[in-house]
Amino acid sequence: MSAHVHSTFRRIMPQLIILIAVLFLNFLVFPDFFRIEFQHGRLFGNLIDVLNRGAPTALLCIGMTLVIATKGIDLSVGAVMAIAGAVAASLVVDGHSWQTALLGALAVGAICGLWNGVLVAVLRIQPIVATLVLMVAGRGIAQLVTEGTILTFVNPGLIHLGAGTVIGIPTPILIWIALGLLVTAVVRKTALGMLIEAIGINESSSRLAGINSRVLIVSVYLISGFCAALAGVIVAADIKGADANNAGLWLELDAILAVVIGGNSLLGGRFSILASLIGALIIQSVNSVILLSGMPPEFNLVIKALIIIAILVIQSPTVKHALYILRASAEPLPSDPIKEAKESPQ
Amino acid sequence: MIRSTHLPLLITIATFLLAYTLCASQYPAMLSTRVVANLLTDNAFLGIAAVGMTFVILSGGIDLSVGSVIAFTGVFLAVILRDTSIHPIAAFVLVLAITISFGAAMGAMIHYLDMPPFIVTLAGMFLARGAAYVLSTESVPITHEFYDTLQSLYWKAPGGGRFRLTGMIMLLTFLTGIIVAHRTRFGQNVYAIGGGLSTARLMGVPLAKTTIGIYATSGGLAGLAGIIFSLYTSAGYSLATVGVELDAIAAVVIGGTLLTGGTGFVAGTFFGILIMGLIQTFIVFDGTLSSWWTKIVIGGLLFGFILLQKGLTWATTLRRKPATEFAAQS
Repeated sequence: MSAHVHSTFRRIMPQLIILIAVLFLNFLVFPDFFRIEFQHGRLFGNLIDVLNRGAPTALLCIGMTLVIATKGIDLSVGAVMAIAGAVAASLVVDGHSWQTALLGALAVGAICGLWNGVLVAVLRIQPIVATLVLMVAGRGIAQLVTEGTILTFVNPGLIHLGAGTVIGIPTPILIWIALGLLVTAVVRKTALGMLIEAIGINESSSRLAGINSRVLIVSVYLISGFCAALAGVIVAADIKGADANNAGLWLELDAILAVVIGGNSLLGGRFSILASLIGALIIQSVNSVILLSGMPPEFNLVIKALIIIAILVIQSPTVKHALYILRASAEPLPSDPIKEAKESPQ
Repeated sequence: MIRSTHLPLLITIATFLLAYTLCASQYPAMLSTRVVANLLTDNAFLGIAAVGMTFVILSGGIDLSVGSVIAFTGVFLAVILRDTSIHPIAAFVLVLAITISFGAAMGAMIHYLDMPPFIVTLAGMFLARGAAYVLSTESVPITHEFYDTLQSLYWKAPGGGRFRLTGMIMLLTFLTGIIVAHRTRFGQNVYAIGGGLSTARLMGVPLAKTTIGIYATSGGLAGLAGIIFSLYTSAGYSLATVGVELDAIAAVVIGGTLLTGGTGFVAGTFFGILIMGLIQTFIVFDGTLSSWWTKIVIGGLLFGFILLQKGLTWATTLRRKPATEFAAQS
């Protein structure tokens, strides 16, 4: 057991170091960053804000990690968020209870995921194209549901999901932590995680080994759609309205980035949901440091882009390989024919 | 006999002709030169960006930075023409130099750091959009007599259609793109890389030069598209052309290019652009359909063309199978 904890810790070490560094940067620009207060029956503080605002990206990256582990990608999650928010809002506006609205939105998200999964696993369309269809059409569908307006609602039950608290902790934080734990437990306490990794490493050989890759691929897209729907409901509940045009806009890119910062390869294979979640928190902390530093908001994107490029360069295979060579240079290395062939003059 | 590789292109052209006939049968006015001229003018910037995207996708990559680069170009031109007195042509050269080096830098990162194009161009997308914000968060108008001169250049066709300079530049870009893709060493190398990276390396394709060249081309054409867009709107706005990269990718896919790379035609992209423009024109003509139907129809079209390509690949492999079995036996 302790060996297991040790290996998990080793896996998430680089992400933890980056997160701590970014949080420390937050502390430098804003000394009160780590202060958490309990007022009006809820926790207040910048750290809580990071956890709370990071909820949509964190939820998305749970599903995205599994999808990317199968060598896939899900570009449609932002659009699915918009559809789910629109469905939930239109259901409560029509007088249904918030439970019905939540279930309806989650069901629609699952159907969207099922559609993506069938395109990828059964029709064997490349994931990036298959999910592009829903990414392009999805916002149109969401606008169809809201009839082009921003649907606002006052249902307290639904709003509680995005803006409420449970024993002082904002609900979104509890939702993403609970879902993250649940999915991690399901894939790691059973063989499912290993089977998903097998598909990502080599789908044909995994199928020859007897893995029902088709069902598994459909189910990872289904989970991704479900996570996106949950994120969509939270975002809609937070602003008490469904905005088909802007809900979850470009969040699919943040989610993919979180997975990549989490050290998961876009080429599939081994994955860590925990590392992806830390990746999502890193992105949110970067946003926070830019806000707190009081720099003009125009600089937000440039700084975010530069930090991301720096993180990506550190994690790129070439730099990793160079570090590995550097570390191992004390002992003689067996020659690497592939690398040599690549570096020899053309 | 028609080669099966040409079939997607022919089907795209047939779809366009069929759709145009259907539209024209409902609204005869759609046959007028005005509609045709506007189809070219309105989609000029998208078309130019899509040519660059075609090269990137043919090589098996993707460029998500296109929309942001167009917006950056527009804002850069507007700000530099407002704050300095340099001639627009000098500004055009300057901005093209910036966007080409920007694309080349992304290509270099993809090749030398061995990182997926998706992630590198995603970071590039944030960077270019951010740079546009830094220059100006407001919409900056462009008022320069040279712009007025360029905008007033058109050839008036019988029927009242105005074929503007921007539309002509798009056609010229497509022609150049077709020649480069099919008649030059660079084009061959792009197809080779798209067919398979390791095969291309063994064939002696200069990988670094070609990869950097591909993304520099895409960046440069996005810059040109930005110049055309600034001529089209007479302003630079950092929030403009959000999501244009998706339209460009959609046009390339509808045009019959496989996203895995290696197969496709620049000419197909041209018809992809025309089909997408036609849908928008039809919705304007109809008047009762809401704007969101554009997205849904384009999504549906994308799906249709992807299925079609799948069907074709499936049919060709099925047809070839007995032949290889026969060869194995003999």
